[in-house]
Amino acid sequence: MPELLEVRSEGIYCSQGGFFIDPWKPVAKAIITHAHSDHARPGMQHYLAHHDTVPILRLRLGEHISVAGADYNKTIDINGVKVSFHPAGHIIGSAQIRVEFKGEVWVVSGDYKTTDDGYCVPFESVACHTFITESTFGLPIFSWKPQDELFESMNTWWRQNSADGKTSMILCYSLGKAQRVLHGLDENIGKIYTHGSVENTNHCLRNNGHSIKDTIKVDYYTQKKDMEGGIVLAPPGAVATPWMKRFSNVTTATVSGWMAMRGTRRRQNTDFGIPLSDHADWSGLLDAVKASGATKVLVTHGYASSFAQYLRELGLDSRPLITEFGEVEAADAASDEASEKI
Amino acid sequence: MKKFTRLFEALDSTTKSSRKIEILTEYLATTPEEDKIWCVALLLDKRPKRPVKTNLMKQWTAEIAGIPNWLFDESYHIVGDLGETIAMLVPQLYSGEDKPLHQWMNELNMLTKKSDDEKKQYVTHAWSNLDKSEKYIFNKLIGGSFRIGVSSQNVFRAIAAYRGFDQSKVAQALMGNWSPYSTTLNELLDDKLNVLDDSKPYPFYLAHQVEGDVANLGPIDDWQLEHKWDGIRGQIIVRKGKVYIWSRGEELMTDRFPELNSLNNFINSDIVLDGEILCHDGQKPLSFSLLQTRIARKVVSAKLQEQAPIKFMAYDILESNGEDIRSQPLSHRRVLLEKLVKDVSSPQLLLSSLVQVSSWNEALQERLRSRNQRSEGLMIKHKLSSYEAGRKKGKWWKWKVDAMTIDAVMIYAMQGHGRRATLFTDYTFAVWHDGVLVPFAKAYSGLTDAEINEVDQFVRKNTIEKFGPVRSVVPKLVFEIAFEGIQKSSRHKSGIALRFPRIHRWRKDKLASEANSKQDLIKILDLYGE
Repeated sequence: MPELLEVRSEGIYCSQGGFFIDPWKPVAKAIITHAHSDHARPGMQHYLAHHDTVPILRLRLGEHISVAGADYNKTIDINGVKVSFHPAGHIIGSAQIRVEFKGEVWVVSGDYKTTDDGYCVPFESVACHTFITESTFGLPIFSWKPQDELFESMNTWWRQNSADGKTSMILCYSLGKAQRVLHGLDENIGKIYTHGSVENTNHCLRNNGHSIKDTIKVDYYTQKKDMEGGIVLAPPGAVATPWMKRFSNVTTATVSGWMAMRGTRRRQNTDFGIPLSDHADWSGLLDAVKASGATKVLVTHGYASSFAQYLRELGLDSRPLITEFGEVEAADAASDEASEKI
Repeated sequence: MKKFTRLFEALDSTTKSSRKIEILTEYLATTPEEDKIWCVALLLDKRPKRPVKTNLMKQWTAEIAGIPNWLFDESYHIVGDLGETIAMLVPQLYSGEDKPLHQWMNELNMLTKKSDDEKKQYVTHAWSNLDKSEKYIFNKLIGGSFRIGVSSQNVFRAIAAYRGFDQSKVAQALMGNWSPYSTTLNELLDDKLNVLDDSKPYPFYLAHQVEGDVANLGPIDDWQLEHKWDGIRGQIIVRKGKVYIWSRGEELMTDRFPELNSLNNFINSDIVLDGEILCHDGQKPLSFSLLQTRIARKVVSAKLQEQAPIKFMAYDILESNGEDIRSQPLSHRRVLLEKLVKDVSSPQLLLSSLVQVSSWNEALQERLRSRNQRSEGLMIKHKLSSYEAGRKKGKWWKWKVDAMTIDAVMIYAMQGHGRRATLFTDYTFAVWHDGVLVPFAKAYSGLTDAEINEVDQFVRKNTIEKFGPVRSVVPKLVFEIAFEGIQKSSRHKSGIALRFPRIHRWRKDKLASEANSKQDLIKILDLYGE
């Protein structure tokens, strides 16, 4: 008998239920953990995602897609398989997918973080037999500082630039990181501007009842002078485009977990790095694995082989699972560019 | 230490040299004398020997972090810097008081003679009292390079700005043997010690590769041409009857080359010569790989001296009869040099002969013959040039021969470290042999960031198998690999070892089947093998 979930060339598949989770090739039925472009790809006949993810999927993949919304913690029956969505704490609408058949429970985490960021629904641990976890930051060198401390250093940086008459620019993904940064910015320091792709996402979320601080979209009429002392949120892909010509005297910061390493910080070539991540750090991953109570753990994108090896040494049945997740950087930059054209 | 850490972070946060110099100047102007000299010594990499072995530091870190050794190694591979890996793995437990830089350095110096247990106690205590940035700096104080993009020239510029001195005077004052334990920056600059130091070399004059058409340099008669010999650039100093030999890396190598030590028997005035230390049989230079058998040896047997005989090929004279003549024109110095080599008449001291040509075209022909004579190409020096300090454009140029190249297929990829930790950047290349691809070289530099991203995507989508951090990939991408030398090797599977292989360009126009073969490599080996 095949396992409840298996990796096929299209993605993670449940043969009993006849659906895929976050498939990377076009299929009939796709259950989506969250709307980042390495997990929610175009071309599926039907999508099923959390309610909050639905409008973002329409924004990113087109109004025409066939998509249904689900609540957290409510069980749906698909061909006798019990499927439910549970908060993953990664971005708005992100979910872990719980799959149960004949008493056997699997959980696909998607991307997650275990700490509460104060703006999306926090991670809830789900008991299961088999846990499929990400491992983006699955090495012990990754240990995040508290969010308050990072927000404080971000605002201090902005305040100083503002005092120097400079325009600050924060490079962050337009979906998720941008809203979290907005949540942490102190609007008393100055005005907050956005790149088109960030604004499109903000607009979509506001329309669907999420409270997001007021932002001003940078357009043809925005004066360089007006933006001095202010801050601009833009996706990383914007840096290498002519759009940057709209700013003078600008100083840049990258907000990403990778900024914890000096090497990647330097490679980014921005003036400042803020190691704020929407993924769990090493101890967050270990806590999630332990809290799930799973005896079998399959590890996807990141430092999969190291993390699985470590779990085996803890006595768990664990191995890496090869998927096409984790290309969010390239994929999101591309989709950000596309949405700017709209 | 907090102040030095802030200096480091400020230097690290900008890529502009002018800004780095400003930051360093400001630091020098506002820091106590005892700390200044240490800052300069560390940035110039003139540092004491490592008091604690890296293996011990790894072991203690794994213990504190509660992780197995293999996981430490994996982490280290990704971070690419031992000091940083440790700083990321060991938490701060207490907020300790701040100690000045020189105090840390003195304490570390005392540690040298202590037992491993005492070392452990000191180091782990320091770790638990320092935050992540300070811990990183502390680990760098123990050993390792800062890699912060501050060249020695920039350090000299900052000191020059701080003291209102000429930059080349600063460079000269900081050459040679001095110890940050026993001197201060001002003492060095004010020349109090220099009168006592006969071993002190001059800063080396280094050339840039000639840009564009060499004929743009003007009439060839204005220039002196000679071969660029492939050895170790060095200075021979004879002062008060004693010989000192310095490498370009400012390492005193007198004892390693006893052949040259006896030059004082032939020279009875104070002189300084610039030249190349070579293995040479009296007729022609021998291979660089032979010289490599000598470089690391501090004790040299008679047998090794016979197998790998050392000569000094003189390019220039910087001091004559105890007088600094660097500002005199090259043509004048050349006359003095020729006379000196003739008078000395030692088989160990050779004169780098001039390339006699009457046009740039003839010079080009001579350059093409360089490799056959084991030279790296030509040096073009203006006849009126003085001997400058450091790498300067305008009067001296190097005109190296083009590297040898071969088209090869990428078959393995590994994640890089440091700046490139998240990308597949280290590749293994293969050539065809009897219908199979045989690996022959590894290379990791030479691509643009955009190309690296593109190859990285290819690797992720075309992985055949994973072996730890290494992935075998579908053999599809062809790259032109450039290298400086080739020799037979029993240590490499292919039987061939390349010197300084790197990616020259991505041959997107070629299919894997069109890459070169092992036969082609063997042809190059037969022609130019060392």
